[in-house]
Amino acid sequence: MKISVTVNGKKHDSDVEPRTLLVQYVRETLGLTGTNIGCDTSSCGACTIHVDGQSVKSCTLLAAQADGSTITTIEGLAKGDQMHPMQQAFMENHGLQCGYCTPGMVMAAIGILDENPSPTEDQIRIGLEGNLCRCTGYHNIVQSVLAAAGKK
Amino acid sequence: MSEALATDLMGVIMGGSILGNRVLRKEDPKFLTVGGNYVDDMLDEPLLKGSAHVTYARSSVAHANVLSIDVSDTKKMPGVIAVFTAADLGLEAGPNAFNPAVARTMLASTKVRYVGEPIVAIVSETREQGEDAAETVIVDYDVLPALVDMEAALTSSTLIYEEAGSNAVFDSTALGAPDLTGDEFFAKCDVVVSEKINNQRVAPCPLEVRGSAVAWVDGRLYQWLSTQHAQGARDVLAGINSLEPGQMRVITPDVGGGFGAKIGTYPEEQLLGMISKKVGRPLRWRETRSESMVALGHGRAQVQTVTIGGTKDGKVLAYRLHVLQDCGAWLDFGTVLAPFMTRPMSSGVYAIPEIECRTTSIVTNTTPTVAYRGAGRPEATAAIERAMDLFAAELGMDAVEVRRKNLIPKFDTPHTTVIGQTYDVGDYEASLDKVLAAANYKQLREEQAKRRASGSAKQLGIGVCVYVEITGGVPPMGEEAKVEVLEDGRAIVYTGTSPHGQGHETSWAMLASEQTGIPMDKIDLVWGDTDLVPVGGGTMGSRSLQQGGAAVYQMSAELVEKAKKVAAKLLEANEADVVLDKDSASFHVAGTPAVAKTWAELAVASKADGGLVHGGTLTVEMPTFPFGAHVAVVEVDTETGKVKHLRHVACDDAGRVLNPMLLEGQIHGGVAQGTAQALLEEVRYDSDGNPITSNLADYAFISAAELPSIEVIHMETPTFVNALGAKGIGESGTIGSTPAVQSAVIDAVSHLGVRHINMPTTAERVWDAIQSAKK
Repeated sequence: MKISVTVNGKKHDSDVEPRTLLVQYVRETLGLTGTNIGCDTSSCGACTIHVDGQSVKSCTLLAAQADGSTITTIEGLAKGDQMHPMQQAFMENHGLQCGYCTPGMVMAAIGILDENPSPTEDQIRIGLEGNLCRCTGYHNIVQSVLAAAGKK
Repeated sequence: MSEALATDLMGVIMGGSILGNRVLRKEDPKFLTVGGNYVDDMLDEPLLKGSAHVTYARSSVAHANVLSIDVSDTKKMPGVIAVFTAADLGLEAGPNAFNPAVARTMLASTKVRYVGEPIVAIVSETREQGEDAAETVIVDYDVLPALVDMEAALTSSTLIYEEAGSNAVFDSTALGAPDLTGDEFFAKCDVVVSEKINNQRVAPCPLEVRGSAVAWVDGRLYQWLSTQHAQGARDVLAGINSLEPGQMRVITPDVGGGFGAKIGTYPEEQLLGMISKKVGRPLRWRETRSESMVALGHGRAQVQTVTIGGTKDGKVLAYRLHVLQDCGAWLDFGTVLAPFMTRPMSSGVYAIPEIECRTTSIVTNTTPTVAYRGAGRPEATAAIERAMDLFAAELGMDAVEVRRKNLIPKFDTPHTTVIGQTYDVGDYEASLDKVLAAANYKQLREEQAKRRASGSAKQLGIGVCVYVEITGGVPPMGEEAKVEVLEDGRAIVYTGTSPHGQGHETSWAMLASEQTGIPMDKIDLVWGDTDLVPVGGGTMGSRSLQQGGAAVYQMSAELVEKAKKVAAKLLEANEADVVLDKDSASFHVAGTPAVAKTWAELAVASKADGGLVHGGTLTVEMPTFPFGAHVAVVEVDTETGKVKHLRHVACDDAGRVLNPMLLEGQIHGGVAQGTAQALLEEVRYDSDGNPITSNLADYAFISAAELPSIEVIHMETPTFVNALGAKGIGESGTIGSTPAVQSAVIDAVSHLGVRHINMPTTAERVWDAIQSAKK
């Protein structure tokens, strides 16, 4: 199937198999391996990216369904050497350890603040429920999101 | 970034020591902007060009004789290059290191022993083709009774390994440990309480599942592996492929978590080299999460019978622990955790005059067990802490008061417990005092009393745990390090430890920078490539900083001495007069700083003598014994049994702290995993041995919404074991938190007559316990 998508500001016309998941397309066809795969039940959120401004688990969409959409992955957040404020907040608050959940976590966190620029700690925790991390105990991830929201 | 943070990151804090500071991580920008380079991300690796994919067809039954394996349809599936059974690969049953009577082939051949055991290897052009092909493998099973429960396995006439003669395959008495005595053991006690405790099986769940890739390069086998210990993997893989260690190269890409489950290698990884040789192509393999949940090793899995006795006023006189350890269907590391880790730590932080501990490891038709964060010590702590609670409850005493009466007093020279384990240093009561003060224990008890009096459905529970654990106790008792300064003045540190989230690039750069004055951003770290670091003990058992970091610290200091010799020649001075100015990272004669030689100049001058490099092995005399105390506060809805974890206060003493930010991160993660075991997580099987928690939708992996923020209280009692004064911190959070949280849940409903609830303390279990207590 032929699809046309804009990823991190660049247009791509691709031929994909009907069963190709969006996460496979992003990783294997476009080589954007910052987006990770952590499960096979849409439970872990490691593959979270932005599709038309919404944070989405990219294993829940077929590449074909993304036809015509605008996509941002972790690789598209920084402007040159200038990290996105959420990336910066994760760095300054030690919001990552092994780094595997991190790209999805950062994309999901940006999605939370897009919907609610000033969330409480509980709202952040509930908002991140679909993104699993095994290293940080979530403590510093929550602190990172609070910091990015200017609440810390 | 703020200026202060930027200064920290560059490692250019002038004058003072960088050690002990909250230095941000060097590794983060990559992870945050383009992501790590995990094994499955190596799309552009030239040596893997033209690679094919391996998929394993796995057993769908827990226990059966294999009558036949039919792969005729599989071979005809689209994209399939080759299909291999054990017979095709000439695999023979290899005896187990812990019990030679236990033997299996790396691909199941005559018998399958757990759901998920690999049977057939399929090589295909794409991963999807391999998955499709795996579904066409037809195995004819003669199904045998599945032994899921350890105690049933102990008495069953069905034997999982018939040659072993028993399903009990490893026993502490065989190691010379005495067997349990009779009732007379508790003869002097006024009060004796006993309980059977389930320390349930849990799944380590690193967010990155297992993955590997192989290529034969000029007769050498290269294997990329998501591992915690490349050098150990190299030796195993070389042996399996009949290679000299020098013909085998293991390369560790970024690793997305290990938690003990990636210490050893597994058949799926071990077979790749020989399959690659047969098909003449490089290979990639990555399991799915659903495969990982049944084929990556599980943790814990002990049934503990504790008996504790003492005087009416709360002094413990005797403690007995009998552990049944579930090995699963193979004897991996899990087999020996109970005798080697749980038993030695059975006395915990307490001065108990009489202790008995016997461990029996049993095979079952379940996934093999391995080391999982804490590996035997969380189980030891859970047993003694639960016993202390039961003893206190029986006496009607406060749980803290009973603990205080029995704590080993502060010691700063080695202390040996009755079970025979020697601890380095300890100040248990101080950690208990600190955590109680921070939690405001008295006020919490008052709040609890109020709620109890009100009859509210929302009851408060308070759990206290005091623990000691063993870190750096896994051989080798030491570590390799090498430091090299290049001609551009940059330094490379080589370490035998292997980070997978711990932040070694930052920590080891801090240590090398402290000694050499070379700024952190000019220090690179090399690990996990056996060609570049041939000797190393990997990262496990919380050993990295106290052994690997201490080795970097020492080799850096010795390199400075070596550099002084070179500088003395260039400066035409006495070596004894040459000093290192760390602020400018250059050497000069004392009193004349204007004439200085930089590290780069010394590296150039050393070129003819083999460069400015120094390495060696640091050995330590003994492990270290971090300790601490945790307080958990939970709210239990007595109408539904639902538990909410309200507060967690942790005081963990890991000796002198290198980077408090990293230390806190380790504690947070440990507490989350420990809490997960106490409240939520359990690997479950049905009675036929079918896993019912075989993906992340069914397994109760803890999330952000189920945890509070964690209150970390610092305490530093340095050890004398290494020059840094550091003990391990990677596992302490897990060890201290699990008993505290479990205890808090039971405490919340103890006034309703509940004495014990097994983990995980799910709403259903708590509700059941309340209903049973009413009867």
